[in-house]
Amino acid sequence: MPGQAPRRSRILETWRDAGLVAGKDLRVEWRSRATLGLVVPFAGLVLILFGFALDADRPTLRLAAPGLFWLTALFVTVVAAQRSAAAEAADSARRMLLLAGVSPGAVFAGKAAAVAVQLLAVEAVMVAGVLVFYGVRVESVPLLAATGLAATAGLASAGTLMAALVAGSRARETVLPVLLMPVAAPVLIGAARAFDAALGSAAADGWRWLSLLAVFSVVNFVLGAGAYGPLAEEA
Amino acid sequence: MSDVSGPTAEPVPGASGPAAVTAPGLPAAEPAVTTPVPASTGSPATRWLGVAALAGTAAVALLGLLAAPADDVQLDAVRIIFVHVPVAICTYAAFGLTAVGSLMWLWRRSVWWDLTAHAAAEVGVLLCGLTLATGMLWGRPTWGTYWEWGDVRLVTTLILFLIMVGYLAVRSLGGGEAASTRAAVVGLVGAVNLPIVNQSVNWWADRTLHQQSSITDGKLEDLTLFTLFLGIVTAGLAVLWMMIHRFRIGWLERDLQTAELDAAIEARRAEAADLETGSGAVATRRAEAAGSSPDAGVSEP
Repeated sequence: MPGQAPRRSRILETWRDAGLVAGKDLRVEWRSRATLGLVVPFAGLVLILFGFALDADRPTLRLAAPGLFWLTALFVTVVAAQRSAAAEAADSARRMLLLAGVSPGAVFAGKAAAVAVQLLAVEAVMVAGVLVFYGVRVESVPLLAATGLAATAGLASAGTLMAALVAGSRARETVLPVLLMPVAAPVLIGAARAFDAALGSAAADGWRWLSLLAVFSVVNFVLGAGAYGPLAEEA
Repeated sequence: MSDVSGPTAEPVPGASGPAAVTAPGLPAAEPAVTTPVPASTGSPATRWLGVAALAGTAAVALLGLLAAPADDVQLDAVRIIFVHVPVAICTYAAFGLTAVGSLMWLWRRSVWWDLTAHAAAEVGVLLCGLTLATGMLWGRPTWGTYWEWGDVRLVTTLILFLIMVGYLAVRSLGGGEAASTRAAVVGLVGAVNLPIVNQSVNWWADRTLHQQSSITDGKLEDLTLFTLFLGIVTAGLAVLWMMIHRFRIGWLERDLQTAELDAAIEARRAEAADLETGSGAVATRRAEAAGSSPDAGVSEP
């Protein structure tokens, strides 16, 4: 069947390129130890400061833990996405990558995957922090893990897209949160409610929220993969 | 009378010269290099539009405040419906136009649609702010609170407002076509995510204090209904008036930038030609400046 083989190989190539970009970003992160040395302490600090803000009241903290967790994750996304875009900004690296023949969709997928891996690593530490400092108990591990994966995919997609969008402009550090946070509102609402169920802090239909998070992730991933090319050409 | 027809022809990207430095529907400007900007963005059509909007506003104010009957339950508070509902409808229309314009910019690189999207977004943010403000003012006497987290439409509209403020923030950073592309992506991301935002708030809040549409269920009296429709038409006219003016400002801004760029390129070309001949004025001045006193500055055209 002529025509099918080239298409399949092109799709395979796109995935391979995405893997290469993700590997490159993660290697850069690992060598700089920025996630470990800066982002994880930042997340821990925010969680602890919430404790101060809520007067270290255990019942209140336990009740608010899901929302505080995902608000912290949103802050971490802003930092991680910013760093991811900054890596491409130096020496027109982004344009070089596209000139080398890597499809924009593959670059986006790779960068989003790298951001997602970093977010998951930070979230793993944050779960431990919430268990210790806020005194919550995990009631459903599968729901917790599935919510974490779906919400992280959504945050990474939306974050990578928005960071790529502001990459070439002035005052990008200031504009990114303004753009990302309203768009990420469904993640904050949905993931917090699903965690409510997973941590048993309130009755909620966690699996229904999970479906919403999945839709958000897919929609924003597709948007990002489509928009990355035009954005990279302009910057 | 000058030509008041809307802009129909797409300008060629990069087109320049006196012909291009004319806002669509405006009195033709004098030769571009001397007076590239007309004194006003008004035209006979927009003036009539403005007069109609003003007359409509006066009529709605009179009818709404004096003639229309007070509500049995909400009393006089119901009169804010004549502002709130028309402004809310226009908000969604304006943001819809922004989404269409964003798509057309990304798809066709249509400058006309890009400027339309910008104009609609700017007017839309103003309208969205008014919708929220009048809604809160209405909510206080009828719901007993300015803000209700449990209301789906309220929270969704607030998030939409914040997304579109981000759109304007991206626009305000400048950057020519790059800024247009960035803003267009924000506009589309906002439009595509809005149903998800609405669904999430819907499940989260799971209730609404908003009344169902009062227009279609025949609960409103005739005069109230007439005033409401007049309000919607009037708001539409006023919004159209604002958007046309904002569009023309954007058009003129763009032409001014193009004209300045053309002038600068022309100046550099003349300079290069002068240098090539070797006897040009600039070359001579350069030599003088380099050779003698430092205050004999190079004054380039």
